[in-house]
Amino acid sequence: MNFARYARHPFWQAVAILVLAFVVIEWGIPALPGSAIVPASVVLQYMATVLVGVLIYVSDSEERWALFKAPLHAALVEPRLKPVRVTGLVLLPLLVGAVTLGQVRATVQAPPSLRSIHPAPPPEITFRGKTMTLTGLENPLRARPDSLPAFVAEGRRIYYQNCLPCHGDHLDGQGHYAAGFNPLPANFQDNGTIAQLTESFVFWRIAKGGPGLPREGTPWNSAMPRWEDFLTEREIWSVITFLYDQTGWKPRTWEKTGGEMRDAGGGHD
Amino acid sequence: MTPLLLQAAADTSRAYGEFPIIGARAAVWIAAEVHLMFAAFVLGVPLFAVVTEAIGIFGKDQRYDRLSKEFTRLLLVAYSATAIWGAVLTFFLATLYPRFFAYLTAVFGPSMWLYVCLFFVESFTLYLYYYGWDRWQTGRAKWGHWTLGILLNVWGTIVMLIANAWLTYMMSPPRDITPTTDPASIKLWHAIANATWMPINVHRLIANVVFGGAIVGAYASYRFLAAKTDEERAHYDWMGYVGNFIAISALIVLPFAGYWLGREIYQYDQSMGITMMGGFMSWLWVIQAFLIAVLFLAGNYYLWIGMGRIPGAERFRPYTKWLLIVLVLGALVWGTPHTMIADSQELAAMGGSHHPLLGALGVMSAKNTAVNLMILTTFLSFLLYRRANKRPVVPWARTGTLLQGAMFALAAAVVLFFGIRGYFVDAIVRIGFSVYQVGAVLSCILFVTIIDVLMARGAQSLGVIQWGKMPARSQYALFVLAVTFTWLMGLMGFARSGIRQHWHVWQVMQDTSPYAATPALGYASRMISLCVLIFLSLVAFVFWVGGLAEKSTYVPPSKGEGHVGH
Repeated sequence: MNFARYARHPFWQAVAILVLAFVVIEWGIPALPGSAIVPASVVLQYMATVLVGVLIYVSDSEERWALFKAPLHAALVEPRLKPVRVTGLVLLPLLVGAVTLGQVRATVQAPPSLRSIHPAPPPEITFRGKTMTLTGLENPLRARPDSLPAFVAEGRRIYYQNCLPCHGDHLDGQGHYAAGFNPLPANFQDNGTIAQLTESFVFWRIAKGGPGLPREGTPWNSAMPRWEDFLTEREIWSVITFLYDQTGWKPRTWEKTGGEMRDAGGGHD
Repeated sequence: MTPLLLQAAADTSRAYGEFPIIGARAAVWIAAEVHLMFAAFVLGVPLFAVVTEAIGIFGKDQRYDRLSKEFTRLLLVAYSATAIWGAVLTFFLATLYPRFFAYLTAVFGPSMWLYVCLFFVESFTLYLYYYGWDRWQTGRAKWGHWTLGILLNVWGTIVMLIANAWLTYMMSPPRDITPTTDPASIKLWHAIANATWMPINVHRLIANVVFGGAIVGAYASYRFLAAKTDEERAHYDWMGYVGNFIAISALIVLPFAGYWLGREIYQYDQSMGITMMGGFMSWLWVIQAFLIAVLFLAGNYYLWIGMGRIPGAERFRPYTKWLLIVLVLGALVWGTPHTMIADSQELAAMGGSHHPLLGALGVMSAKNTAVNLMILTTFLSFLLYRRANKRPVVPWARTGTLLQGAMFALAAAVVLFFGIRGYFVDAIVRIGFSVYQVGAVLSCILFVTIIDVLMARGAQSLGVIQWGKMPARSQYALFVLAVTFTWLMGLMGFARSGIRQHWHVWQVMQDTSPYAATPALGYASRMISLCVLIFLSLVAFVFWVGGLAEKSTYVPPSKGEGHVGH
């Protein structure tokens, strides 16, 4: 058995690492508890990174590089490997053709799109004729801790009356209508939504909805209504209080610097 | 909004010109970008030249002196190119954006005159510096010559500070300036000392060193590949090494300057900051992450191949694959987007744009941990390289090595601890953690270097570095570094400039031209790539001309032994 010899050979090591990496990324990660499929764009990015790593590994020393190239060289010139050569010459163009076809073939699927998940909020908004400065704005209901349970109860009622069809019973974006939307309604249980935001940001998003999104990120596809047309300022703050209370996330706080208030953090996270 | 409407109405006068085929914005974009790249080159290389000349003077090593002269020779042609592209930019601005240019001249006029004067002074200093090289070679004259090099940097830095004032004013004008403020009434210093001026100054100064090092490395690799003799190959191999060393060393501190700039942008205007980092510009940061991973990998790859020419390095070769594994894992985490590009089926399966598991790698805690570990790994690579042909003879060598190992372990532990802890605390606390992580890494680098220098005293040499015995592919790693740096500069420059969106001067002067819309990322990426291509083509010409002037500056080693370590 030549297995040990193959296992020590850089060429076959490289092939094994690439195959293993693909298996782990494509099937291993999705199989983990609580996981999901890895999007094709990320698979490609990961595989490109692993490929670069493998190429560095096989070429950072002269001996390993010479060994790595040997099977490729042999397949290209040795008479006894003509079948391998011919197979390669057939398979390689077929592979390129298949990839090309996969990219240009018409499908009913909407193409992947780059979306800005954290659109930039304006410094101030007008809510039912009242000007509100978002920077440094706190949830006013939190100034009354004794009444907070009542506000949470009110927020729960409003949520189930208005938000449930899209954002779902579990606040996870899996409401009855969710499947009909692209992009999907926000999943508040995800650590990348309200957990990353100040309450003033959430207020802005609920109050102004899809139509109030900033111009620079257009075209927006959000189906979120402008809730300022249906809910009062206090009702919106109550819903926000409920969202954080129910999910257990803490809103992002404002950083105090020299009397100024600003969002604590980059949005990068 | 009335003043803005009035401003728009006033545009019936000739506010904008038009440029054939590519349009006014693309014309100004190309002129500004290529000018900036050349400017970075002619500011970065003198920094480099003056340092290498100093090493030559203090270390009494002629090779550094000749190396410095060779850098300066590249400057002569590059300097003309910078001036030409600067003139193109000025004419384009004056003819295609006359209203905006008139506004800038009204605010900054006197600083523009000073700029022109300094340009003259800088040019003549450069001529004296280069053409006086051989005449002022010894004694006091040499010190005078070195002073010219320092002055060249001083003038160049002031020129950069002035130009930075103009562009930072465009993105962060002082808050008391409104659309109705008469530009002639704005105090010059008030406009110069705006919120982002100093962070940009520091960021660009460091970036210029990185860029200068990378371009010099690329020049050396070009000359290495074209070399006819072993002596030439040895010389340019060494030159490439020095370029790479400077570029990577300066790169390590660059993110901290970038972080400061980002903070200042947030502090100045939160929505501008969010547009840059979390809004539609955020995708550029994913590309940036990928390119930075390329820089780390290429830099380390070059060092590892370089170990092949150092006697004694074979002791450390088995470790490099473990370093590579850390770097690749770091690159995977560093490049994992938080919001993923996915089609509707994938989105439905993930329950949104965030992957339920991998999404955890897309946040700041994971990124900071990954990049800090990559910096530590790169430093360890360099340490192994440096020690490759030395055997310490000090009696405490073993203790010293153990101490160094403990420092690495401690720094890695601090980085990992705060990286994991970051998931369990509020954002406001988490942001502070990055300071501890960076502090641990920088302290490790500082103390390990001090120990290493002390330990290398009188070290036994295991052989001289065989400069020139490098495979051609190592030189392509240097090319990759130079191209990646140039590309990064264009992409990140667009992110900084593009967040002004439809404003010439943020919330003071609107862009009312047909090109006011912020370009889509795809279009921007193609434009930037085109600028990189133009710049690199011109640089290739500069290299070629540099080669015509003088075939090689190789001089035999002035000491009995070749370079030990670096």
